Amino acid sequence: MSAKTILGQTAEIAGPKKAFIIPKPEVAAAMIKRAERPLLVIGAEAQGIETADGDLIDTAIKVSKSGISVVATGHIVGEFRRRGTEVHSMPLMNLGDRLRDPEWLGLDGKGRYDLAVFVGFSYYLEWLVLNGLKSFAQDLTTISLSRSYQPNAGWSLGTMKAEEWKEVIDVIVKSIKEGN
Amino acid sequence: MFKGIEIEVGRIQDSTWDEPMGPTPFPSVGTLRNWDRKFLNRYKPFYMPFCDLCCLCTYGKCDLTGDKRGACGITMAGQQSRMVLIACCIGASTHAAHARHMLDHLLDEYGRDVPLDVALNTGVEAPHVRLVCGIRPKKLKDLEDVLDYVETQLVQLVAAAHTGQEGDNIDFESKAFHAGMLDHVALEVADIMQIATLGMPRGEPDTPMAELGYGTIDASKPVIMCIGHNVLPSVDIIDYLMENDLFGEVEIGGLCCTAHDMSRYNKRSKIIGPISWQLRFIRSGIPDLIVVDEQCLRTDVMIEAKKLGIPVIATSEMSCLGLSDRTHDDPDVIVDDLVSGKADGALILEPRRVGEISVKTVQGVAERRGEKKPFDIGEISVIAQECSGCMECVRSCPNTLEIAAAVGAAKEGDYVPLAMLYDLCVGCGRCESACPVSLPIISMMTKANEDAIADEKYPIRVGRGAIQDTEIREVGQPIVFGEIPGVVALVGCANYPAGGGDVARIAEEFLKRRFIVLTSGCSAMSIAMTKDEDGLNLYEKYPGNFDAGGLVNVGSCVANSHITGATIKIANIFAKRNLRGNYEEIADYIYNRVGAVGLAWGAMSQKAAAIAAGCWRLGIPVVVGPHGAKYRRMLLGRKEREEDWNVYNARDGEEVYVGPVPEHLFYAAETVEEALVMIAKLVMRPNDTNKGRAVKISHYIDLHKTHYGSMPDDLHLYVRRAQDIPFTMKDEIMKVLEESGWVEDKIAIPDPTLLDRMVRRRG
Repeated sequence: MSAKTILGQTAEIAGPKKAFIIPKPEVAAAMIKRAERPLLVIGAEAQGIETADGDLIDTAIKVSKSGISVVATGHIVGEFRRRGTEVHSMPLMNLGDRLRDPEWLGLDGKGRYDLAVFVGFSYYLEWLVLNGLKSFAQDLTTISLSRSYQPNAGWSLGTMKAEEWKEVIDVIVKSIKEGN
Repeated sequence: MFKGIEIEVGRIQDSTWDEPMGPTPFPSVGTLRNWDRKFLNRYKPFYMPFCDLCCLCTYGKCDLTGDKRGACGITMAGQQSRMVLIACCIGASTHAAHARHMLDHLLDEYGRDVPLDVALNTGVEAPHVRLVCGIRPKKLKDLEDVLDYVETQLVQLVAAAHTGQEGDNIDFESKAFHAGMLDHVALEVADIMQIATLGMPRGEPDTPMAELGYGTIDASKPVIMCIGHNVLPSVDIIDYLMENDLFGEVEIGGLCCTAHDMSRYNKRSKIIGPISWQLRFIRSGIPDLIVVDEQCLRTDVMIEAKKLGIPVIATSEMSCLGLSDRTHDDPDVIVDDLVSGKADGALILEPRRVGEISVKTVQGVAERRGEKKPFDIGEISVIAQECSGCMECVRSCPNTLEIAAAVGAAKEGDYVPLAMLYDLCVGCGRCESACPVSLPIISMMTKANEDAIADEKYPIRVGRGAIQDTEIREVGQPIVFGEIPGVVALVGCANYPAGGGDVARIAEEFLKRRFIVLTSGCSAMSIAMTKDEDGLNLYEKYPGNFDAGGLVNVGSCVANSHITGATIKIANIFAKRNLRGNYEEIADYIYNRVGAVGLAWGAMSQKAAAIAAGCWRLGIPVVVGPHGAKYRRMLLGRKEREEDWNVYNARDGEEVYVGPVPEHLFYAAETVEEALVMIAKLVMRPNDTNKGRAVKISHYIDLHKTHYGSMPDDLHLYVRRAQDIPFTMKDEIMKVLEESGWVEDKIAIPDPTLLDRMVRRRG
């Protein structure tokens, strides 16, 4: 797997504290499986991002069936519903604001998340929200599974080509499911 | 002779105005701090640092990540809010400097006693000035005091951002609100003076249609392109053309707000398009002369113009572009220098000298047009061969457009993908700057779309300026009671995530729903540029009056003051609240009663930040597009926290829960659909009548079902009692409410206020 820290957008440079590169997909899967309260955050660009399952929404549906909480931002929950799956829905700004709140009990009211995994966003928007969480939600671990390195996550995939990324995501999803 | 006038040291008081002075005339930086904190306690800032460092002093750079503090002690939250303040100060100063330049010029040209007759059927000529300053300006000269005040306050706000001054993020935020309030005063001053002196429309709903688009320019004639926001130099060009009967021989078109104001001055001038078209239009080779004034100009305009041998006339001290000051030179000598190419441009700082020089120059230059022609369409594939496919263009693009793939197709002679990018491109040119082989990507894209561009021609209703008092009287009640579902203002720049068509789509959605839709600036232009299957745009389909289903183009950036001014006038004219120096009470009224929301889908500039800040202090929520998240902080409510949503009932002083209305004060939407649903929700106010709330809820549900595929999960926070439920949806809504444990009358319908002093009687 690539370990490139090439930024998705030229000027969205990293600050002094940068994301660790996820060395191989199994590591990301292990982090997700090890988390007590993981949350998969799916951005509105997920529809149309090709994966081994179809698109990123199909993949997220698969993950949700592993018992991991999935939240769709923007209006993209509508697409999940059209495909017959209910996931949580919350605007990205509302979610970022709540993730930094130590008293927030999550979308299901069962307690605070210890891991938030982001994918399916425009690069700059994910960059910004992750940076808010980097400084203001320091006890929350964040992972970016986007195809370009996200410096403001705690952990991020390296920048890679679309085909390689599809394989990496597929391995992560399969690894998660194997653990259940 | 001096009856009715009291002279204080440095300021004139109008004792003929019988409205009592409110508590906060000419508020200083801290006067409205407690008011701001009411909002900032409810809508807490969520910071998304755009940069983790502070590099403003020589102790630094300082890393502020997490809990770290800078060498001066500043925190990350403090630094982010400080940058918000600085951005708002830049924006407000820009509008104030614009206003000052115009005022100095107009006082000289028209005299000090020009009456401020700015709108038909209108007594409240300047709601912001009355509200903030506590004065009633009657003549041009009265605006001097107002600008003196604005300038003094802005200096103090900038001073607060110095190292070792303010340190608390909430206090920085309050100061940003102050900058926003000052901004709207400056906007109003700038617009009412140009209306009063230049004969611009005075609030007529049915202003004439002007023409917008590339296709409106007759390129066989000499073409002057004016760019910017300060219309004075363009006015002189138009006057010169009129006086010398040359309007039919020379084309004059504008980009950005100068274009709006040119059309307000004379509808025969053309609006070429929004600010993002600068590079495209310069590169098109159509303009023979570029005249720039100020704000949002490309700072590389000289470089771009020089490539094609187009002379540039700069007209503002704000943007001298390195040119020699030729203001007092013989006009004919300047013209000779520009026509011969001896000089690339000239700085002419006296607006009344710009017209003759511009027109004579363009006539001379047009004769040698084509000497440095842009490339022909067939050359695109030849140029594209240089592309190595490095993807730097894609990585530098704000919208990650598939530029490399389009250039790759062009290599094979397929220009369609390049042409398809045209509408999505914001025109920033970062792709070209990043390209290691310097491909002229913007030019290639524009050229590939050449045929479509040549036919671009859209009608746009000329900016009308203010809303008349009589219109406010007509719609005040249905707005305040919620029966007109809301007032949505689509304003701001053209940094769209997926093209300007989204703005037209949003506008039409709310027009169909009988909201009042206002617009200005680049957004007003983008609305014009989308046609339906019958070839009509929204200006042709909806009237321009301030009423349900009206599409009101107020004009340029400075005309945004009339949008917020209309909300102030609702409080004053409909509700009979005093304006004079009475900011908190009026803002309290607007916040609790007037269902207005601003949308800046392509917000880009610091000026847009300042305009938004002026809305926040008045209690008007603002939604921005995804790029607006780069303003680095949101002001977000937490709808589930009941304790955050209490108000006083002015009838008896009881503190009551009114639900999360409006939920947010500053919010970035990820998608158009999210924005539509959020706007429908943000127009709800505690004062809505049952009927009004039912109308608003029905729109919220309908949009939510359309785009999210379900009923909203927070209806129990907005339905106060059974009468709030839209009749046709009763069963469906009751089912949802029962599932969420809704209790009727838990949410009160009081006479709402956040101000203890507005309580009329204690229970």
